[in-house]
Amino acid sequence: MATLNIKKGSSSKSAYDLRDPNIEAVERHTLAVVVDNEAGVLARVIGLFAGRGYNIDSLTVAEVDHTGHRSRITIVTSGTPQVIDQIKAQLGRIVPVHEVHDLTVESESVERELALFKVEGQGEKRVEALRMADIYRANVVDSTLESFIFEITGSTAKIDAFADLMRPLGLAELARTGVAALARGKVD
Amino acid sequence: MLVQALKDQGVDTVFGYPGGAVLPIYDEIFQQNDIRHVLVRHEQGAVHAAEGYARSTGKPGVVLVTSGPGATNAVTGLTDALLDSIPIVCFTGQVPTFMIGTDGFQEADTVGITRPCTKHNWLVKDTDDLAEVIHQAFHVATTGRPGPTLVDIPKDVQFATGTYTPPAKSRTDHYKPVMKGDADLITELVTLMEKAERPLFYTGGGVVNSGPGASQLLRELVDATGFPITSTLMGLGSYPASGKNWLGMLGMHGLYEANMAMHDCDLMITVGARFDDRITGRTDAFSPGSTKVQIDIDASSINKIIRVDLPIIGDVGHVLEDALRIWKSRGRKTNPEALANWWDQINKWKEVDCLAFTNSDRVIKPQYALQRLEALTKDKDRYITTDVGQHQMWAAQYIHFEEPNRWMTSGGLGTMGYGLPASNGVQMAHPDALVINVAGDASFMMNIQEISTAVQFRLPVKQFILNNERLGMVRQWQQLLHGERYSHSWTESLPNFVQLAEAFGCKGRTVKDPAELDDAIEEMIAYDGPFLLEVLVEKHENCFPMIPSGEPHNKMLMSDAAATDAIQGDGQVMV
Repeated sequence: MATLNIKKGSSSKSAYDLRDPNIEAVERHTLAVVVDNEAGVLARVIGLFAGRGYNIDSLTVAEVDHTGHRSRITIVTSGTPQVIDQIKAQLGRIVPVHEVHDLTVESESVERELALFKVEGQGEKRVEALRMADIYRANVVDSTLESFIFEITGSTAKIDAFADLMRPLGLAELARTGVAALARGKVD
Repeated sequence: MLVQALKDQGVDTVFGYPGGAVLPIYDEIFQQNDIRHVLVRHEQGAVHAAEGYARSTGKPGVVLVTSGPGATNAVTGLTDALLDSIPIVCFTGQVPTFMIGTDGFQEADTVGITRPCTKHNWLVKDTDDLAEVIHQAFHVATTGRPGPTLVDIPKDVQFATGTYTPPAKSRTDHYKPVMKGDADLITELVTLMEKAERPLFYTGGGVVNSGPGASQLLRELVDATGFPITSTLMGLGSYPASGKNWLGMLGMHGLYEANMAMHDCDLMITVGARFDDRITGRTDAFSPGSTKVQIDIDASSINKIIRVDLPIIGDVGHVLEDALRIWKSRGRKTNPEALANWWDQINKWKEVDCLAFTNSDRVIKPQYALQRLEALTKDKDRYITTDVGQHQMWAAQYIHFEEPNRWMTSGGLGTMGYGLPASNGVQMAHPDALVINVAGDASFMMNIQEISTAVQFRLPVKQFILNNERLGMVRQWQQLLHGERYSHSWTESLPNFVQLAEAFGCKGRTVKDPAELDDAIEEMIAYDGPFLLEVLVEKHENCFPMIPSGEPHNKMLMSDAAATDAIQGDGQVMV
């Protein structure tokens, strides 16, 4: 073992990394997967996670390059380092998958999620909800005399926190997009 | 158009079964003479036959079946090919595009059903796309780690005319697996080889898949370094069994010396093998003291089950070539003193003679049957297929392979019923060779209808059936693990195999006297046509050595061991 001198962490030479094998703690990773926008490609990705027992915490998918027929799938997943490596390698085997980026490992990244909150209430609670929305920079996108719909963008944690605040104030429905993420800085 | 594309891909043989949704393709096949179509008797048989063809030639096997049940019957074969990395291109008919999703007659969501059991699949909705997709299907099936692909073609797409795209103009560039290994990592491997005290090559089916050149390079490297070598079930033949460094197969029913060497080695050089659970036994006690190197074309094989210290991603042939070149250029160094000690140890393990068995002059022991089969056929141009179970393991232990692509067996999926159709496929590819399917009575019953294919196409395949009137491996596990409660592991109403063979138009013979065995085997070999030899063997013979589930390599059960209650605790949940 002592003779080995292998660089730690992912590199362009290896599709996986060799972190300490003894760390078996579950980590949360955000993966960006660039795929051909063809029939069934999402089913292949989701089927991989279902078939091999991997977790999906959040999944976002949309076409990002119409002329090139490319879609970007952003997946937030959790698992031990070994499982995360397997997920990346297995994704890389799928024929219409072009790139797999682990935004959690490769570099700093920006992660955003959009959510719509329907909050129902009257009187003091209604005023309080509006005040909180203002603090969290949520926009009112629909309003009736008994309800609001707020639109909020931010990290998953921020949206979780806003949901906790809205719950006692009459949170009736919540729709979230899941995480979209990009690495900071210039594209390599 | 499909026929043209197949011709352009160099296809000479297609295994298939017609039906409503592929009639236009069959009409085209009728009107040409370049491609032979082999009519199977069940679509599963078509895929296994294509696997036999592919595994014995290195070329992709081609399957053509109809929609619905045709496609679903092919699923087992496709999964088998996926797990054993066999290149197969399967064409399925589909209901017309305007009927898809209406639960039409013989409609099934074929691309949905086969998505997890193919490397990739396509539904072609426009005839103009058909040729290009076919060429892509061949490219994907044969490039990188091989595997099955499937092209689903609706009937209206078959009828319509469109523009043909030749192979050279088809877009296949985006699927390009890395072939060359990283030079720094290969140099690292060479430095490990130079210092290793107890090195071992652990090779697998990836060497066979990489082509004859890879086997040649492996032989050169093994012989030049003097390192011992063992192989998985799938890799047998890539290093010759007569080679001086050969330890035999490893794994659950592998040889004592091979498994002990795996456990005690200090450098494990894994070449095109994937640490299957049949190989590793208990993973937390797997080869505890070794530095593990793994050469594999598929990044997902790395660190999947066993954490390796030095992974090299690339084609086995390319990496071995570089390793050999770098090792030579650095002065062909090894650690000869330590290596000599290592061989002393290995030779002590060999003295255990783990394949010894108590023979009998009253009843044919299955091991003896295979020893005689080996002795009487080893000098011939021979291909062996098997079904799955005890007979498969005995065949792997007692039949010796000198060349790759001579051994066709269902390793990963363990598909009973693989052997007979596979033997048909091998014989189609090698009409003059001696093709023998070593089968068990239970496995043979699973695709028995394929004798009819052998008879129709005059395939002189030899069916060597070890009949113990049991599901032998199941019975063995029930004896070891389930208190000798033999739940449904015997067959009460087996057919008369000889009469059955004759009913199909094939010749048959039964042998039960050890003294007559050689004569029976000679008759089988000499017969010009399909032949079924039923060997009535000892009914309660167990297959040893055996690593019980949940045990490491150095805790093997041997043939004279008291086998009862061998598997305990966590091991019981393993299969």
